[in-house]
Amino acid sequence: MQFEFNDDQLALQDSVRRFFTERYDFETRRGCLAEPAGSSDEIWQAFAEQGFLSIGLPEAHGGIGGATELMLTMEEIGRALVLEPYLSTVALCAPLVADHGTEAQQADLLPRVAAGSLKLALAHGEAEARYASTVHTEARREGESYVLNGAKTTVLDGAVADLLLVSAQMKDRAGKLLAVFQVDPNAPGVRLVRYRTQDGRSAADVFFKDVNLPASQMLGVGDATAALERAVQRGIAALCAEAVGAMEATNATTIEYTKSRKQFGQPIGRFQALQHRMADMFVQATQARSMSILATGRCAAHAAEPGDSALRRRDVSMAKCYVGKAARFVGQQAVQLHGGMGMADELAVSHYFKRLTMIDMTFGDSTHHLAAVSDAILLESQT
Amino acid sequence: MDLEYSATEKLFRDDIRAFIGQNLSRDVAAKVLGHKRLSREDIIGWHRVLHTRGWSAPTWPREFGGPGWTAVQQHIFDEECTAAGAPPVIAFGVRMVAPVIMKYGSAAQQQFFLPRILSGEHWWCQGYTEPGAGSDLASLKTTAVRRGDTYVVNGQKTWNTLGHFADWIFCLARTSSEGRSQEGISFLLIDMKSKGISLRPIALIDGEYEVNEVWLDDVEVPVTQRVGEENKGWTYAKYLLTHERVNIARLGESKRELRSLKAIAARVSNDGRPLIEDVRFRDAIAALEIELRALEYTVLGVLSAEAAGRDPGAISSALKISGSEIQQTLSELKMRALGPRALPHVPEALDAGWQGEPGGAEWWAALSGRYFNMRKTSIYSGSNEIQRNIISHRLLGL
Repeated sequence: MQFEFNDDQLALQDSVRRFFTERYDFETRRGCLAEPAGSSDEIWQAFAEQGFLSIGLPEAHGGIGGATELMLTMEEIGRALVLEPYLSTVALCAPLVADHGTEAQQADLLPRVAAGSLKLALAHGEAEARYASTVHTEARREGESYVLNGAKTTVLDGAVADLLLVSAQMKDRAGKLLAVFQVDPNAPGVRLVRYRTQDGRSAADVFFKDVNLPASQMLGVGDATAALERAVQRGIAALCAEAVGAMEATNATTIEYTKSRKQFGQPIGRFQALQHRMADMFVQATQARSMSILATGRCAAHAAEPGDSALRRRDVSMAKCYVGKAARFVGQQAVQLHGGMGMADELAVSHYFKRLTMIDMTFGDSTHHLAAVSDAILLESQT
Repeated sequence: MDLEYSATEKLFRDDIRAFIGQNLSRDVAAKVLGHKRLSREDIIGWHRVLHTRGWSAPTWPREFGGPGWTAVQQHIFDEECTAAGAPPVIAFGVRMVAPVIMKYGSAAQQQFFLPRILSGEHWWCQGYTEPGAGSDLASLKTTAVRRGDTYVVNGQKTWNTLGHFADWIFCLARTSSEGRSQEGISFLLIDMKSKGISLRPIALIDGEYEVNEVWLDDVEVPVTQRVGEENKGWTYAKYLLTHERVNIARLGESKRELRSLKAIAARVSNDGRPLIEDVRFRDAIAALEIELRALEYTVLGVLSAEAAGRDPGAISSALKISGSEIQQTLSELKMRALGPRALPHVPEALDAGWQGEPGGAEWWAALSGRYFNMRKTSIYSGSNEIQRNIISHRLLGL
């Protein structure tokens, strides 16, 4: 058992951090926010050149590193409040393609992801399901094609993606199964309602009306239920890591602020009430990082120990619940300790707060995952 | 990065588990698991059993007679012992005074004391806190006045744990009143049989006896029983407090208590159904289990950092805060699981083998008392407020 990162991993994290410090400061990010797309293609190309878009991909398709490298990169994504669709493309969709796609599909899609010419988004969640994974969108076989009907809600990065991975129910001779289709957002019958999210990212609601898909657009073969669950769990692990980076940065900026802001003739950071709050913020961020490491470790281990899906499910839920709560606490307290300035758009703290809040609200909030853990406890007591 | 124990670590765990299975008395384990009263013999007996295998001081290096285990091995050992209901290691000797003697004690002190701690011949207790010196420990007033080759010690210590079982006490006493209050303190090792030492039990909130007031009246202590230099005792005391990084989290104990809580919630009837089926109660267990998992992986991270030769710094303060809050919540939920059965106070039922009325008291009688008792965890070993001061000063630079 060991939790240490090797020198290569630390060097990678360091280079990602340096890149963002030099190329993605708060004012640059403001510029990206002002773009119509809400993110920058130039920055995306730079990610590709740096190799960031290859992290965690299979080696056969030009990938470098694995789950740990991806986690360390996500921490930096969180620290820099990156707006580009990294989570969707690199952490969610590319691993789903690698996990469930055919060899040919992997060879088609993954090198383009690495090169920066293909942004992906996962269209899985539906409005009625809230955080559940129930899918009503359906695909019907017609000759050599499939016909897709339904709607997906709050598709993260859906507004900027070149290709959507859409989950849909199907019936075949063996019964019902869940499939994933590659859908061009510009295809006839696909309608996108694009919008910004609270934290400045982009998303879309996507509607499918009799969308005709060649059979080759189905990702992989057979039921994708387990692959989708694993994909979402990897997405949760990545979100946890992003939250950790954002919390560490939020705490750092709060400490700096309370050292410089003077009231009653002294820096407000000298007051014990504030010091203890910041100590609590530190404790929660520290333990959140432990939970992020746990989530990443469990997701990475699935290939080696496929039988342990219950353990993975429970620990990923535990991590998301803890991190979601910690993110909310750290964000709220950081704004509080900044006083009026915490309410201003001008300072980074309000942007961190919004991102941390939306991370909790994505892929199941802390209450949703608490319920999942609670259900697991009941099951355990009955067996 | 690897979350799982290695094959070697698993073999080590099996070895520990087998030894405990063969050697731990079932009666003693039942007392520990049921929070019944433990006698001195229960505790020291297990210590002696461990000593036969060379395991009585799991944290010690080989050169002093310890097993020389890695931090991870120590953790595994603690988890296995705690889970099985083994009595706790006598921390004041093995984990507290011994590291100070190893680092700062004379060769003669090392040769005399360390083997006796190992064998269990000496039970140690602590003489730090005074009525006027709690969180502000450095303001202590107990004096040690040098007369030739002896110190004459006068003063009062309090919140002394299990001193009535102890053979020796390590004391902080003032040897100088010059300079800052931290600068005139010396670290003394005192035989509890010395003339002038007297103990008075302090009745605690749960009605049980575990702590004492200790009076020192003209107690003569040979100068050879001072550790290190005169007036440098504060340095040694701080070393002692920071030496224990992860044990303070009480991880193994809380994991055991969580299993016990779940078992109780499955057993208690809630209008004819198991209480664990009640969503509100079960969600509270789930929330606690999540906190405990966060603590567990933080502890494992610290162990891993230590194994890699990195100093994780003042992180033990964070472990203390989380660990104590978890201990308290566990004891609270176990009490609340009882519902109205939380009310009866049946102290006789805390003795093993009691079979009286009200029925079933043999398993639930201890739980409310334990809830009250566990409030100590956020107060002792540096209150959680002091731990927050340490975090904000040392880690956050405030």
